[in-house]
Amino acid sequence: MSMTRMPIRTPMTAVKNLVARGLTRRGLLGATAAVLIATTSPVVLAATPKDTLVLAWAIDDIITLDPAESFEISAGEIMGNTYDRLVRFDVADPSKLYGDLAESWTVSEDGKTYTFKLKPGLKFASGNPLTADDVAFSLQRAVKLDLSPAFILTQFGLSKDNVEEKVKKIDDLTVVIETDQAYAPTFVLNCLTANVAAIIDKKLVLEHEKDGDLGYAWLKTNYAGSGPMKIRDWRANEILALERNDNYYGEKAKLPRVIYRHVKESATQRLLLEKGDVDIARNLSPEDLAAVEKNADVAITNRPKGTIYYISLNQKNPTLAKPEVREAMKWLVDYDAIGETLIKGIGTVHQTFLPMGLLGAIDEKPYKLDVAKAKELLEKAGLKDGFSITMDVRQTQPVAGIAEAVQRTFAQAGIKLEIIPGDGKQTLTKYRARNHDLYIGQWGADYWDPHTNADTFARNPDNSDNAASKPLAWRNAWDIPELTKKADAAVLERDPAKRVEMYTELQRDLLKTSPFVIIYQMVETAGVRKNVEGFVLGSTSDSTYVFRVSKN
Amino acid sequence: MALAGSATAGGRRRARLRSTAMAIARFLVVVALTYLGLLAVTFFIGRVIPVDPVLAIVGDRAPSHVVERVREELGLNLPLYQQFVIYVGKALTGDFGISVLTSNPVMTDIRRVFPATLELATLGTLIGAFLGVPLGVLAAVRRGSFLDQVVRVIGLVGYSVPIFWLGLMALLVFYARLGWVEGPGRIDVVYEYTVTPVTGILLLDTAMQGEWEAFRNVFGHLILPASLLGYFSMAYISRMTRSFMLTELGQEYVVAARAKGLSERTIIWRHALRNALVPLVTVIALSYANLLEGSVLTETVFSWPGLGLYITDSLQNADMNAVLGGTIVVGSVFIGLNLLSDLLYRVLDPRTRAR
Repeated sequence: MSMTRMPIRTPMTAVKNLVARGLTRRGLLGATAAVLIATTSPVVLAATPKDTLVLAWAIDDIITLDPAESFEISAGEIMGNTYDRLVRFDVADPSKLYGDLAESWTVSEDGKTYTFKLKPGLKFASGNPLTADDVAFSLQRAVKLDLSPAFILTQFGLSKDNVEEKVKKIDDLTVVIETDQAYAPTFVLNCLTANVAAIIDKKLVLEHEKDGDLGYAWLKTNYAGSGPMKIRDWRANEILALERNDNYYGEKAKLPRVIYRHVKESATQRLLLEKGDVDIARNLSPEDLAAVEKNADVAITNRPKGTIYYISLNQKNPTLAKPEVREAMKWLVDYDAIGETLIKGIGTVHQTFLPMGLLGAIDEKPYKLDVAKAKELLEKAGLKDGFSITMDVRQTQPVAGIAEAVQRTFAQAGIKLEIIPGDGKQTLTKYRARNHDLYIGQWGADYWDPHTNADTFARNPDNSDNAASKPLAWRNAWDIPELTKKADAAVLERDPAKRVEMYTELQRDLLKTSPFVIIYQMVETAGVRKNVEGFVLGSTSDSTYVFRVSKN
Repeated sequence: MALAGSATAGGRRRARLRSTAMAIARFLVVVALTYLGLLAVTFFIGRVIPVDPVLAIVGDRAPSHVVERVREELGLNLPLYQQFVIYVGKALTGDFGISVLTSNPVMTDIRRVFPATLELATLGTLIGAFLGVPLGVLAAVRRGSFLDQVVRVIGLVGYSVPIFWLGLMALLVFYARLGWVEGPGRIDVVYEYTVTPVTGILLLDTAMQGEWEAFRNVFGHLILPASLLGYFSMAYISRMTRSFMLTELGQEYVVAARAKGLSERTIIWRHALRNALVPLVTVIALSYANLLEGSVLTETVFSWPGLGLYITDSLQNADMNAVLGGTIVVGSVFIGLNLLSDLLYRVLDPRTRAR
């Protein structure tokens, strides 16, 4: 009897208090875990195999292993470790590029022809030689399949019909890519670092071709690359195992095996990490991070990512379309408080549309919580007594918490905010149909060039309901012909210094006038056991390189 | 007379045959209707929720022409009833479509996740039944005693404590602190590729392949979540056993047995329990079916790649093929267990056999 009752009593009251304070289930789990771990410190240690790196990570977003289709965060990391591309950017300084499979490259006088020379003697993991033929095939295949990430390549004028002429093999070591306009070379090269431009094993893939699908069905769950690691096994929502590729051209992977274990719950990840059953935990909540920090066997590492979180105002709503209202809302967010609590360890306050790390990003933060100023603006807009408005909110943290915080600060200026809770797909469906008032969401850079965000925040070529392209500016019905022109000019600017200047100006314009209240930039954090060396989170998902990791 | 007598005997046999055939036919019709209903309800719920299923497949970033193309490929531009007919037609041939999340046929996925749940649920139910029934009997026999109180408290706790909390606490104590059991997951990474999955039930697979070290590891992973589920089903089973037993012990035949001078042990375990067992079979079957649905919270805390987690993940990602497939499996489990407990009735209760 005492056995069943005793441990229940006291923590139960603690749990009730937490519930009363309105914590979510996840937070509650973390908090109870924190209480208990604190009281049960001497932990019996387990250990992972010496030659295997084990990571706990929520990998349920992986839906395919085909680089021509893969566009998800965890899949990005897998692609980055297992597939090579012509060029990569330097993890330490993402604005610098270096040749991966390419030994060198040149851009023609007119700025439309890119010639790549490959490194000699390259081989795929399968043992097949890697030549210009494979490079041309891979890029052509991505364009022909025309899946979600294909626009990264098609945006410089490649299409199903012309790609065989525009991307050509000259000899075994030379490939030429032609673009339709003289784009900024940094833009084109940056795009070629993306996963969709990964080089795949033509021979192997075509062996598995079915009904002319270019190996699409097969590659969804298989591997045909040349990267430092190869994919050995993927069981969705369970495990993904990588193995060293001994055919890799560069320095071989330090460990023969890397295993990702799908673990969703932060508290569970923390248990596994502290116990030593995993070497690295990737989804620790702010509470669990704070607790893990105190553990002498674990180090915390972090890196700002290319994802920003924002609230947007649908301009179809006449109230929200008033410039004063747009500005007032930017003064009604308590950035400091949010930065110190809700996003501590997982984000840093940021207000411009280019996340830090991207070419030309500026770190200006003109806005802070200023209710008086906001009231003044609202009065100017004829809304002295405030107004009522709804916001669609995905019920996950920290978004839901931020929405509640904003609800409180909005109220101080008389704006009554009604939160409409939903799941991710539900709120997104509504947002994409422009049926929202306010929406809180995030945007991650699709490839490592400022145009990726300018394209969606600062461009809206057609604001009509059935427009062909529907960027974020369109989703909020923000009609901006002038800014669209500016963004278009920036992507064609061949002088890098001038290009940076143009993006600086665009960012300042948007800070002032846009219907986007940008709140913070995501920071990815991981808990790493002390015996793990060389684990560095990349700015993009595909630049976290586990093949450089070793263990003592 | 003799002739007429044998005729009626034959007639009775034929009548009984006919009634059995009717019963089977009725059962089949009910099963078919249940399945159709299940399919219809899940299908239409899946289509009326305000989520664009194409979004789940192509993601938020896909250009609009890709979205439209996929919509057409999936047949989502057809009228709803037509989509439903196509779906049912495919389902009849065992084709439940491709899961968006895993890129595998739904049935392949379910063949992978269901054994994980089956293993856990079976062990859990065994623990629950083998502890719950004797505890319930004892509590009923010694009604009001200290033991009875204990059983009631166990039942109460099993009913009121959230399982994810208890699961996390159990992990902290038995895994992190004491190191008696293995942690979350089904098997240690070291053994991950030592066994080839045959049945998918790792205890069986490791045993069949003679990997005893891996077997021990698997058991170490399994025992904590199974005990936890076992505890919850024990709480339910012991409570029900107690109340069934109380009813039986108040019956006249018990008084008669006592008057005949039978030992108390024989009366309780052979006569009263035998009678209480009939409704108990239903209770145990139901609790087993509940566990087979997959206990989402347990599976989350223990990172157990089972059916519950699979259906929930799919639901959250608007992966309707997977949700529908999963629902059919859960439905089949319920129908199957119902049938099984009906059959057990016939074994346990001779009266049902006569009819």
